[in-house]
Order: sequence, then C-alpha cells, then structure tokens
Amino acid sequence: MRTNREKRLFHFETPISVSASASAVGCEEWKGPYGKYFDFHDPSDRFGAKTWELAEGEMAKCALNLALKKRKISHEEIDILFAGDLQNQCMASSAGLYSFGIPYIGLYGACSTSVEGLLLAALTMNAQKKVARTAVVTSSHNCAAERQFRLPIEYGGQRTPTAQWTATAAGAFLLEKEKKGMQDSACIRTGMIGRAVDGGISDANNMGAAMAPAVCDSLRTYFEESGEKVEDFDLIVTGDLGTEGSAILEVLCRDVGFSLLDRHFDCGANLYDLQKQDAHAGGSGCGCIASMLAAYFVPKLSRGEHRRLLVLATGALMSPSSIQQGGSIIGIAPAIVMEYEKGEKKRARPDS
Amino acid sequence: MEQKLYLDKKRYGAYVKGRAARSHVFSNCTNAFLVGGSICTLGQALLGFYGQVLGMDERASATGVSVSLIFLAALLTGIGVFDRIGRVAGAGTLVPITGFSNAVTSPAIDTRSEGWVMGVGAKIFTVAGPVILYGTLSGVLYGTVYYILSLFL
Repeated sequence: MRTNREKRLFHFETPISVSASASAVGCEEWKGPYGKYFDFHDPSDRFGAKTWELAEGEMAKCALNLALKKRKISHEEIDILFAGDLQNQCMASSAGLYSFGIPYIGLYGACSTSVEGLLLAALTMNAQKKVARTAVVTSSHNCAAERQFRLPIEYGGQRTPTAQWTATAAGAFLLEKEKKGMQDSACIRTGMIGRAVDGGISDANNMGAAMAPAVCDSLRTYFEESGEKVEDFDLIVTGDLGTEGSAILEVLCRDVGFSLLDRHFDCGANLYDLQKQDAHAGGSGCGCIASMLAAYFVPKLSRGEHRRLLVLATGALMSPSSIQQGGSIIGIAPAIVMEYEKGEKKRARPDS
Repeated sequence: MEQKLYLDKKRYGAYVKGRAARSHVFSNCTNAFLVGGSICTLGQALLGFYGQVLGMDERASATGVSVSLIFLAALLTGIGVFDRIGRVAGAGTLVPITGFSNAVTSPAIDTRSEGWVMGVGAKIFTVAGPVILYGTLSGVLYGTVYYILSLFL
C-alpha cells in the first residue's frame, strides 16, 4: 500500500532476499559479547597482509569468500559487487576484492556504507531485470582508520569518554531475487535513502552526537511516511551511535514525539564489553553494523527468530580536513526494513 | 513553533556539550602524578648512577639521563607497551621527555609501510612537528630579546 505521503520510501516490487551472509573480525571483536557469532577471526588482526590497509582488504575478501561458500556458488555468478570501506579512495575494497573480477561499484558512506550498499543493490536489482544476484561487502580496520583519521597507532594518549573504537570487522551479503529453491531467509522490502544532516558537532571524539540528528531525521521521516509505529518492529537496529549517541537519540526522538523504548539495539554499543574492553562509548566503523547484521541479525531473521527489523546504518561523514578547517561532522542514516521470508523447500543445487 | 531539537544546531550543540561525560580529573591527575613522578625518580636515580658510579660530569650525566629516557620510551613504543601505559598515565608519560620520544617514534612505526622517504622521512614529525617548529621559534625569539636586553643591562 503506497500512500501519497510516501515521498522518500521505496517499496521494492521484487523483495530482495539475503541468501547468505558472512563476517570476519579482529581480535577485540571476537572477545566481545557477540564474538561467537562471527564466522572468522584473526587474533593478530593482520589477516596475513603486510600493511593494515591490505589487512582490511584481506578481511573483506575473506568475508565474501565465506558467504559464497555458504551459498555454494562461485563468484562468477554474482552480477554486481557493491563494496566500500573507510579508507581514502576505498582502498581496502578495491585492493581486496578486485581479484574476484566481479563488476564493481565502490561506495563511501562512512559507517553507513553497509545499508547504503544493500539499498543500492535492492534498487538496482529492481530496476534491471538481468541483475539477478549481487553482493554487498563493507569493512573497517581499527589500525587503518586510526592512522588515517586520528593519531599513530602506538601513540600513548588518552581518549575522552565519548570517543568510539573503530571496529576491525567486515560483513558480506549475497542478495538474490529468484525465489525458486530459496530457503527461509531475511529479505529487504522497503528502503529509504538518508539525508545528510548537519548537527553542528565538530568534536571528532563524539561521533555518536554527530550522527544522532541524522538518525532522528530518518526515523521521523520513515514513521511519518509509512504510518507505522516503533511497535511494528521487533527491533530498531542502528549502526554505531555508541552509548552516548544512543542516549542522545532517545532524547531527540522524544522531542519529535515518539520513543524507541527498549526496542532500540545499537551495534556499536553492543559489539564490545564496555566494562572490560577499552572501547569507551562503543564500536564504530563500516564493519561494525555490517558484521553484526551478517553474523547475528540476518541468521536470526532467516530462522524466523526475528520477524521485522528497521535497520539504520549511521554514518559520520567526517573529513579530517573539514575538522581542521573548523567545519562540522555531517551525519547520514539510510534505512532498510528487513523481514523474515518463508522460502520454498530447499532445492539441491547441482555442484559446480 | 520552536524548531525541533535535532534541527536546531545551537540548542543541540549546547545540549551535547552539557551531557558529555568529562574525563575523570581526579584519577587522571593521581595516575599522572604517580607515573610521572616514577619516571622522574628513575631519571634522578640514573643521574646518580652516571655521576657517581660512572664518574661522568654533571652536564654529561644530565644528557645521559635524557638519552636513556628517550631510548626507553622509544623501545616501549616499539614493543607496543607505551600506548597502554599512556592510556592510564596520560600527562604522566606525556609531559616528561618520554612523551616527546613516543610522539616521534609512533609515526615512524606507522608510516614505515609507505617507505623510508615518503613514509618515515616525510611523516615522522606529524605529531611532534608543531612542538619542534614553535619550540625553535620561541627559542630564537627569547634569544633575540635576551641579547638586546643584555646590551643595556
């Protein structure tokens, strides 16, 4: 049902199924409370690469390989690859994934890249008949990000309590629209592209506060246009607001007239054990929500343990140059609705 | 009607600033005092060692202390321990010469992957650069003023 109010919501005529998802993470993420759900971890964070930048690429590659393996298909069966990361020129995605030879679109949406990718993939698959299978891969690496955005890795300084810890994590998703022979899966039916919102925050150690206004804007728009309520979802899953941003979001939402109650789950605030691990306000980075979706939420949806989730990845479009020039951090929060979808009976695939 | 909080930069900025947890000043100061004090005590002990045991003169032992502490901090940075101490000690490791050593060593390790010239060579002073530049400039300024005054006094 499409109403006149719905200006920014996309309802996909062909719902897009997530046929497989996989994750690869570093040591700290594996030690965190959701550690056991991740498919692969490397305690050294190196992933066999010489540099941190290439390590991130290897981690992304590893996640995509695992997803392909789970679905038992070859990379040649993927029509388009949407991938992105935090590094300058998206080095991890291109360096790590070029060898698959899949037609590739590089994305940058800061920490919102995973949902940005899922949204773009769903839109493309609905617009073009022959795009039957796509893959979305996003990653972030703590050491590569620290080095690029903040200070040298071994620099011995103190961080403020609102600072967040860039996750060393990658998530890969395979998306399909062919329903024949599909098992129960998570599927994407609705999506909304986020608006860039400037909350005027220029403190790079308080990214949660920089992103919260964009999330509030997306949530408000979504509920106004769809006429749905918070209660219509099992959970509202956000990317990496952290504890600080999550608390701010609740205040902002109350101000516009709704409350997320206890249905809000922030991946950044949950990725680490904040009592024991030195992550301050929580995790962040493209890999944070990507790995949590791939490892935890998509499998839960596929098993029908969750029925309906509103997923908002949160991006702080932070540019070190902008901050040094006195500018602020602009936030963005694209949204998708992920639902449990009952599949046909499993059909045995001929092994290739 | 009043603008919603999330669209009102001024009010929102004030709200965020007001609610952000501050660093724990008391425990940070205590840790800084203890670690910083220990480093200085170590320095004093080294001074005594160089002067009395090795028989170096006062100036040479003072230089020896600086060199030793710089070396120790660089070594600890290299083996990945310094940042863990620094996380707790804060100004305690930052203020003595150890902080300066770490500020030069850590970019050197980081940028090694970009090579000796464009990496280490070009970026080793990204953190300590401002201190070196403005330290030198204020030294020049101080020296000039001192020289001019000394002509008359």
